[in-house]
Amino acid sequence: MSNLDILKLCYLLGSLSFIVGLKMLGKPDTAKKGNFYAGIGMAIAILGTIFFHQNGEGEKIGNLAWIFGGIAIGTIVGYLAAMKVKMTQMPQMVSLFNGMGGACAALIGIVEMDTHHPEAFGERFIIFLGLMIGTISFAGSMIAYGKLEGKIKDVGSKFQQIFNNTFIFAIIALVGYASYDVEFMSSNVIWIIFGASLIYGVLFVMPIGGADMPVVISLLNSFTGVAAAFGGFLYDNQVMLTGGILVGSAGTILTVLMCKAMNRSLWNVIIGAFSTSTSTGKSTEGLSIREINATDTAILCAYAQKVTIIPGYGLAVAQAQHTCHEFEKVLEEKGVEVNFAIHPVAGRMPGHMNVLLAEADVSYDKLKEMDDINPQLPNTDVVIVIGANDVVNPAAETDPGSPIYGMPIIKANTAKNIIVMKRSMAKGYAGIENELFYDSKTRMLFGDAKAMLEKLIAEVKAV
Amino acid sequence: MILLEATGAFLKTLDTWDVIYILILAAFLGVEVISNVPAILHTPLMSGANAIHGVVIIGSIIVMGHADSTLALVLGFLAVILGTLNVVGGFVVTNRMLQMFKKKK
Repeated sequence: MSNLDILKLCYLLGSLSFIVGLKMLGKPDTAKKGNFYAGIGMAIAILGTIFFHQNGEGEKIGNLAWIFGGIAIGTIVGYLAAMKVKMTQMPQMVSLFNGMGGACAALIGIVEMDTHHPEAFGERFIIFLGLMIGTISFAGSMIAYGKLEGKIKDVGSKFQQIFNNTFIFAIIALVGYASYDVEFMSSNVIWIIFGASLIYGVLFVMPIGGADMPVVISLLNSFTGVAAAFGGFLYDNQVMLTGGILVGSAGTILTVLMCKAMNRSLWNVIIGAFSTSTSTGKSTEGLSIREINATDTAILCAYAQKVTIIPGYGLAVAQAQHTCHEFEKVLEEKGVEVNFAIHPVAGRMPGHMNVLLAEADVSYDKLKEMDDINPQLPNTDVVIVIGANDVVNPAAETDPGSPIYGMPIIKANTAKNIIVMKRSMAKGYAGIENELFYDSKTRMLFGDAKAMLEKLIAEVKAV
Repeated sequence: MILLEATGAFLKTLDTWDVIYILILAAFLGVEVISNVPAILHTPLMSGANAIHGVVIIGSIIVMGHADSTLALVLGFLAVILGTLNVVGGFVVTNRMLQMFKKKK
């Protein structure tokens, strides 16, 4: 078997592992194995490349010390970062790693242009396009990271949308022309494309609302996949092609699924309909809220038959998932049936809340999906909304003028009693008023989710 | 006319037909693999896919393996680090997420 055959075999194994791995990741009981297989496939493909790859002149991979050094640094830093990150910050971390991949694709393009000065249209076009997409993904991911960390605010206007669209067409036109005309701006053109893509990536994500970041990350994820596939084109490298395209198309579908869960179109997300919308829902002026204290809440829950907890991002921020599980246990000791109602987009990513509660040992069968729990809510004695807001806002069903109109919600307002645990009257991520807080059945329990749950646990035990 | 010529040149640079086959099949496969996934797995799945596109590191290894100028060495080295971060970080984060599901059943 020649070196080339071995390499191709490695790539075939790699591609296969990606497909099987991704498929297995889609089922709860095989997901972990799937991730492991994909990782093994990746290792095979990487090692195969290092030891068996030859370029057109038959030269093997050189600069091995540099390569292993880079891999060692990346492995240590990547491993530590991934192990240390808190579960609540997972979305940021995914965005960050995605950006790294995009930057990697961009750098490949720059180096390739600089060393080989290719003159064929096809080669130049592939390099430029890969550079462009990789760079946009990198810059966009960094902004998405900043937004999720709360370091960057939403900035956008109608004018910016028009400018953005013009700008991206201009970049694409430049890519096309520079691929065709080798002399055009000589070697500077690659830097201009790089810089312009960087700016576009920033402008692209800037106006999109923080609540839509998961969708954006998923979209940028598929961008990076496409950028990797362009690398595959360039080197005629099968594993980069299959891996890249697989992620590109899977990522796109995932993005669409996420949009569906929020009942928004992808287009709406991209033009930032949330943040530029002027409507903030029905005015709640003149309506008053009613407060409740921990003791009364504990009594109400302890004597209830059915209690449903609706967790939101506030719970995650307060790191209260473990305390929440404690609370569930003390109530169950009192003979109360406790469930969790999980909205598909609760947390910061679809499924994020499930991950957080699973971390806290809440058992699977207590986590009810929105469609299963909604019909049961009218016979539920108490729902406790912890740090959630938009996902229980009845305006999504009743007020066609509301920016979240049409989004499926957990119908907390149909329950017999509603307790809303919140730090303050601040608005949710969508920035709109929530009528639920003013409902006659609603009582507000103000305080930090963790501290308040601890108080409730003590009070319930005392009942 | 220019466009036609350009497309022709574009196609010639690749082992074209094979590549197009791979491209189309992989695209359909990606869609197929993701459909019917429960919402609870969207986050780990996205994270797993994120790790897989780290395959771009192979491009950086190839670039690095044949680099001779200082610029190529420095940028190539950086690309290898970034690519590794994507791969290792991606898989480890996904594994951590899934570990939490595992505990229960």
